[in-house]
Amino acid sequence: MNLVGTYAIFAFEMQRFFRTLMQSLIAPVISTALYFVVFGSAIGKQMTEIEGISYGSFIVPGMIMLALLGQSISNASFGIYFPKFSGTIFEYLSAPVSAFEMVIGFVGAAAVKSILIGVVILMTSYLFVPVKIMHPIWMIGFLLLTAITFSLFGFIIGLLADGFDRLQIIPLLVVTPLTFLGGSFYSIKVLPEFWQTVSYFNPVVYLISGFRWAFYEVSDVSLNIALSMTTGFLLLSLLGVWWIFHTGYKIKN
Amino acid sequence: MTSAISIQNVSKTYKTGFSALKAINLDIENGEIFALLGPNGAGKTTLISLICGIVTKTSGSIKVAGHDINSDYRAARKLIGLVPQELSLPIFETVWSTVKFSRALFGKPRDDAKLEAILKQLSLFDKKDAKINSLSGGMKRRVLIAKALAHEPSILFLDEPSAGVDVELRKDMWNVMRKLAEDGTTIILTTHYIEEAEMMADRVGVINKGEIILVEDKKVLMEKLGQKQLIVSLEEPLDRLPTKIAKLGFNLMQSGKKLSYQYDSKKEKPDIAKLITGLSAAQIAVADLSTQQSSLEDIFLDLVKK
Ligand SMILES: Nc1ncnc2c1ncn2[C@@H]1O[C@H](COP(=O)(O)OP(=O)(O)O)[C@@H](O)[C@H]1O
Ligand SMILES: [Mg+2]
Repeated sequence: MNLVGTYAIFAFEMQRFFRTLMQSLIAPVISTALYFVVFGSAIGKQMTEIEGISYGSFIVPGMIMLALLGQSISNASFGIYFPKFSGTIFEYLSAPVSAFEMVIGFVGAAAVKSILIGVVILMTSYLFVPVKIMHPIWMIGFLLLTAITFSLFGFIIGLLADGFDRLQIIPLLVVTPLTFLGGSFYSIKVLPEFWQTVSYFNPVVYLISGFRWAFYEVSDVSLNIALSMTTGFLLLSLLGVWWIFHTGYKIKN
Repeated sequence: MTSAISIQNVSKTYKTGFSALKAINLDIENGEIFALLGPNGAGKTTLISLICGIVTKTSGSIKVAGHDINSDYRAARKLIGLVPQELSLPIFETVWSTVKFSRALFGKPRDDAKLEAILKQLSLFDKKDAKINSLSGGMKRRVLIAKALAHEPSILFLDEPSAGVDVELRKDMWNVMRKLAEDGTTIILTTHYIEEAEMMADRVGVINKGEIILVEDKKVLMEKLGQKQLIVSLEEPLDRLPTKIAKLGFNLMQSGKKLSYQYDSKKEKPDIAKLITGLSAAQIAVADLSTQQSSLEDIFLDLVKK
């Protein structure tokens, strides 16, 4: 295993993040504050408590998930797409680095970045509403699992994308709607029965439910299902990456 | 002893169905400077990309110092440094950080003194803290060379090193290459400038349309296929070539001050006495005589035409 090389890839990716640290962190802090102002204060006052939790507190896990998904995908997809686009990928391909090590470097960095942002959002939330984390270990577990899974997913998008606009399509058209409809800002139990059923086909529901359970022990689905679904997505993404590297599809002509 | 690079029956067909390389066989020996010479689109970059792992080959086998590039890719790639044709660099990085990155990527422990020596050798050290996008094209090419050398490879590939580089820098670069070769580095360069192959190489491989049509020791190649020219300098310039002289096989050169006589050194020995007599019969005074070996250019054009 080429540990030095793997770490070099990771550190290089992290450097970009730290070079624009303010930018990287201020944007999510501002949008979190905005969500609280809009959903928490303006709308939240008219909202009843959801399963005994004030609306402002209820949306914290959902907001973190929203940021985690978006950031993981965009960090990872951009991280691998840019070297492809600028041609510097030749160096990675010609180095004694395995596909697995490349994935650890790129995906690891993307996941760490989005986790940092998730933590910053969590801390910002404390300023606005009471937050309780009843199962910290599970919370961290879901945070890691989701960050890694969606960084892998973003990595796949970045590998397959043919243009900068393509990088945005899937996050914009698929992931953002699924996240909003996945119960970030409401419990799907408030929906009519038909739409509840439809929601169970939305994978993001399981991520948010599991994550919210770790905070408040309330959940739209059972913990086991949430965990197995999340792990399932992780395996799917891993399989996707493995297949791409195995066939050289879209990277090695 | 195993060859630095051993290529057997290697072919590449791109997804478009285009067959860029057709059953290539080639051995590159340790410590030599090998020039892969061919026109644009011949398949030079493709061949290098296959060896370095950037493009997957369709069939055949490639070994680097005995290590198969697929089953033993780590050992193979550690030995290789690659300077690509395009100026692909992380433009927001500094020279120092990108060279350091390259060394680490190849799994080598940090060694600032070594990197410093490499940058100095390429006259880049005073630019070490400069952002790459602030550098000229020639400087960028040097940064690429520095990156390729950062992990101390024993085999160095340079894909069209002279493309877009001014004469001064080209000479610097040739000197660096010679120095590396003296230190035992095997160098493979591709070029479509015959002059470069002629200046630099110990051996030349000529590639055209995905096939290696000739591999030869440069000197042997020149001797074997060399056209020679007999140049006659005249006392008085001629306005036009007298028919008698033209019949002898002479051509009038620049400004009428010189005559040239072309012959194939493999096949004939020119009868100089007869030519001189012919000249004096036409009352043309000769100031000087010289012969000139024709360049690889002629040889190359000759081969590609066939
Ligand atoms: N990715 C690719 N897909 C399809 N054809 C390609 C690709 N890359 C190169 N080619 C074709 O293969 C041939 C050889 O290209 P290349 O190896 O770059 O030549 P050279 O380096 O000798 O100029 C060219 O005709 C080129 O158009
Ligand atoms: Mg080329």
